[in-house]
Amino acid sequence: MIDNLLNITLLAFLAITAFAIIRIRNLFAVIMLFGIYSLLSAGLFVVLDAADVAFTEAAVGAGISTVLMLATLALTKNHEEKPPAHRPWLPMIVVLVTGAALVYGTVDIPSFSDSEAPAHKHVAPRYIEEGFKETGVPNLVTAVLASYRGFDTLGEVTVIFTAGIGVLLLLGRRRGRKRGDEDNNET
Amino acid sequence: MDFIFGHYNYWIVIILMMAGFYTVISRGNLIKKITGLNIFQTSVFLLYISIGNVEGGTTPIIAEGVEQYSNPLPHVLILTAIVVGVATTALGLALVVRIREEYGTIEEEDIHKQDESL
Amino acid sequence: MKHNLILRVIAKLLIPIIVLYALYVQFHGDFGPGGGFQAGVIFSVAFIFYALVYGIETAERVMPESVLRILASLGVLIYAGTGVATMLLGGNFLDYNVLASNPIAGQHIGILVIELGVGITVSSVMLLIFFIFAGRARQ
Repeated sequence: MIDNLLNITLLAFLAITAFAIIRIRNLFAVIMLFGIYSLLSAGLFVVLDAADVAFTEAAVGAGISTVLMLATLALTKNHEEKPPAHRPWLPMIVVLVTGAALVYGTVDIPSFSDSEAPAHKHVAPRYIEEGFKETGVPNLVTAVLASYRGFDTLGEVTVIFTAGIGVLLLLGRRRGRKRGDEDNNET
Repeated sequence: MDFIFGHYNYWIVIILMMAGFYTVISRGNLIKKITGLNIFQTSVFLLYISIGNVEGGTTPIIAEGVEQYSNPLPHVLILTAIVVGVATTALGLALVVRIREEYGTIEEEDIHKQDESL
Repeated sequence: MKHNLILRVIAKLLIPIIVLYALYVQFHGDFGPGGGFQAGVIFSVAFIFYALVYGIETAERVMPESVLRILASLGVLIYAGTGVATMLLGGNFLDYNVLASNPIAGQHIGILVIELGVGITVSSVMLLIFFIFAGRARQ
């Protein structure tokens, strides 16, 4: 019961924060609100029994993402968003139509926390019943992450590595600094 | 009533998803766009974790005396997605910084104007 | 920021605890919540905190960018290397059962090693990204 109450409240807070992020033009405030948004969703993940995910979201979303966004804000020196030139009617219509279609789609979804839902009937029972016996690891999330779906995780790690290389290529320090200075003088 | 409470999570997820989508397509400021993209992303995380939740279940860490566990599979998928998400966000922010250095602005309209005047 | 005494003293107290906690999360991930991804992020947070309080130059002297680049690829190499090692020992790619005499011990070794690889890559990539952004501001 208390779980459901927390679930409903936190989700409502999330929606309010999202609307505040849309409305507010001061980018510093937007980034701070985004940190709050991440922390709220981390709390929600705890309520929904996903301790590992909550842990990650709290460290990544509320920590690193916010720091990186603030760093970008400092680099771009742009603290105020320009007001839109005209009322954005077209995006509003697109969003409302898409949203209505998605809500129509939820009618057939099994209701929340239904233990008979098809999602819990395929491979999950095997992980829960055999996971500890086969890997000797009590934390099933780690067992699935590192052992059953190890190849998947290798892909994810490679994506992170590639993103790091991408940032390095885009913003990394230029070696020949003299040539860079000349370029700047020309422009 | 059961129907409303049974689908409340999904509906809020859709509202968040559309809020993120709206920010991406209607706002011209690039940092705001990336924030919208992140809201969209978090809404997908919430959808997966909501689906993984099981009535009366606990965190999927094997302990004595516990019978019912939540589905660990969505947790695994989302855990890695969060970390990959921050890495790709960093890449997007790096692009924003480069655009600002070349164009002197991060407003989409001004960038278009500069492109057209070339 | 250089003269903020309270911040500097508190940072000195907190940073070792954050690093210790990161290591706990890394190696206790089999039993409680945690694992390579979380540990990597927490570990890099300790260094980012250090860089914010003591300055980027000092932090880069502790952990130079060139080292971070090597570490980032080393993590992926450890992960993929474990897969190759299991293939050489006669199993499938990333089938840890063959790493030790009995399957459970093999799984333990395999999971520990690949989580270490994940932790190294995640922490060094996060730090690398932060240093690049911060270094850009200084230019």
